[in-house]
Amino acid sequence: MKYLTEYRDGSLASKMAERIKAISTKPARFMEICGTHTVAIFKHGIRDVLPEHIGLISGPGCPVCVTATRDIDKAIKLSRIPDVIVATFGDMVRVPGSESSLQKEKGLGADVRMVYSTMDAIEIARQNPDKKVVFLGIGFETTAPTIAAAVVAAQAQGVNNFSVLSCHKLLPPAMDALLSGGELDVNGFMCPGHVSTIIGTAPYKVVVAQYHTPCVVMGFEPLDILQGIYMLVSQIEAGEARVEIQYRRAVAPEGNPNALKTLDRVFEPCDSPWRGLGMIPKSGLALRESYRAHDAEALFDLDVPDSGEPPGCKCGDILRGVNTPIECKLFRKVCNPENPVGPCMVSSEGTCAAYYRYSQV
Amino acid sequence: MCVAAPMKVIEIDGDIIRAELGGMTKEANLAIVDERPELGDYVIIHAGFALHRIDPEEAKITLQLWKEMGVIDEIPD
Ligand code: SF4
Repeated sequence: MKYLTEYRDGSLASKMAERIKAISTKPARFMEICGTHTVAIFKHGIRDVLPEHIGLISGPGCPVCVTATRDIDKAIKLSRIPDVIVATFGDMVRVPGSESSLQKEKGLGADVRMVYSTMDAIEIARQNPDKKVVFLGIGFETTAPTIAAAVVAAQAQGVNNFSVLSCHKLLPPAMDALLSGGELDVNGFMCPGHVSTIIGTAPYKVVVAQYHTPCVVMGFEPLDILQGIYMLVSQIEAGEARVEIQYRRAVAPEGNPNALKTLDRVFEPCDSPWRGLGMIPKSGLALRESYRAHDAEALFDLDVPDSGEPPGCKCGDILRGVNTPIECKLFRKVCNPENPVGPCMVSSEGTCAAYYRYSQV
Repeated sequence: MCVAAPMKVIEIDGDIIRAELGGMTKEANLAIVDERPELGDYVIIHAGFALHRIDPEEAKITLQLWKEMGVIDEIPD
């Protein structure tokens, strides 16, 4: 079956690794900016088959991990309102806010529900006409259009007790913030295939033009990632910086215009706070005025203090690629998946969780 | 939460499809897909929505590239 199995073939992977070794002479560090890549790199031992002078570091690519504590506190505040049902994707429920989590609130009687799709949240709203259902919307450009489509559907179907607390994030502005910060030492980006399924390659061209840093859009199977690294290494060896697509079976250069149109209809870019990176201009998505009736920010008083990150937790530095979990004093000792201190340990795609599961240190 | 998976379309009912991968099936909405799939096509599904119809020709081009790199000898059917 030519869409799946080949990309996982172990013997082909070692051949691909040999090809990388054969062409690679210059030391380089590549950043993956997608939690799914982080997990795949660990799971398939990709670091181990690369030449020693090629380093891979993890960046701000897990939507759960980059959500600011303050936004989680807003969701917690919502869950304490008696007639509100908070619905969200799985991992968000366990992320600690400044003094509680949605899971703890649920234990105390709040109505918090995990859903697989925003459409499920609309269904909950339909079945509970006397309640207000707020969907805690997180995710990058892959997820945001699905939320947008759900908001359009809610409005069209007159589901008036459904709203969204939008904590969506856009990846290219974060890459720009990382590079302009001057802290980060990377020679190339492993760009997330599924984000580009929606946005295509245009936003990365801006990054390449400004910082002369190669970008390769990659798939998530081991051979996709190895081929993508091969493409990055080829650019480095040639002294070039371009956007290339490795994941051609799923990514067209123009992305998905239909999804982008829906996204643009419902949302507009806004400044947004990222864990570890602070406020980044135009890196978030707010509901447009015409969808105010479904915008939780407009419907509820969500004023909460800004309380910063949990003491001792280095998630912020890890998301900026300046530290690894091993450098966090709490890693494994206090912080583990059963007792997570920060979101990077909560999320199954978080860097700390990946290190916990797959690294021996 | 960001995981998106390619799955095979086994049922189409208006704007809702059912898709399958390794015995697991999921429903997905077609509201934002880039190209409407037909039965038997592969689509990338994320959070209850089909995002993209996988392009078999493009999949072949990747394999062609591997052949040129010497990673595979033949392009499988
Ligand atoms: S190991 Fe735990 S405390 Fe340390 S950075 Fe990761 S999540 Fe935060």
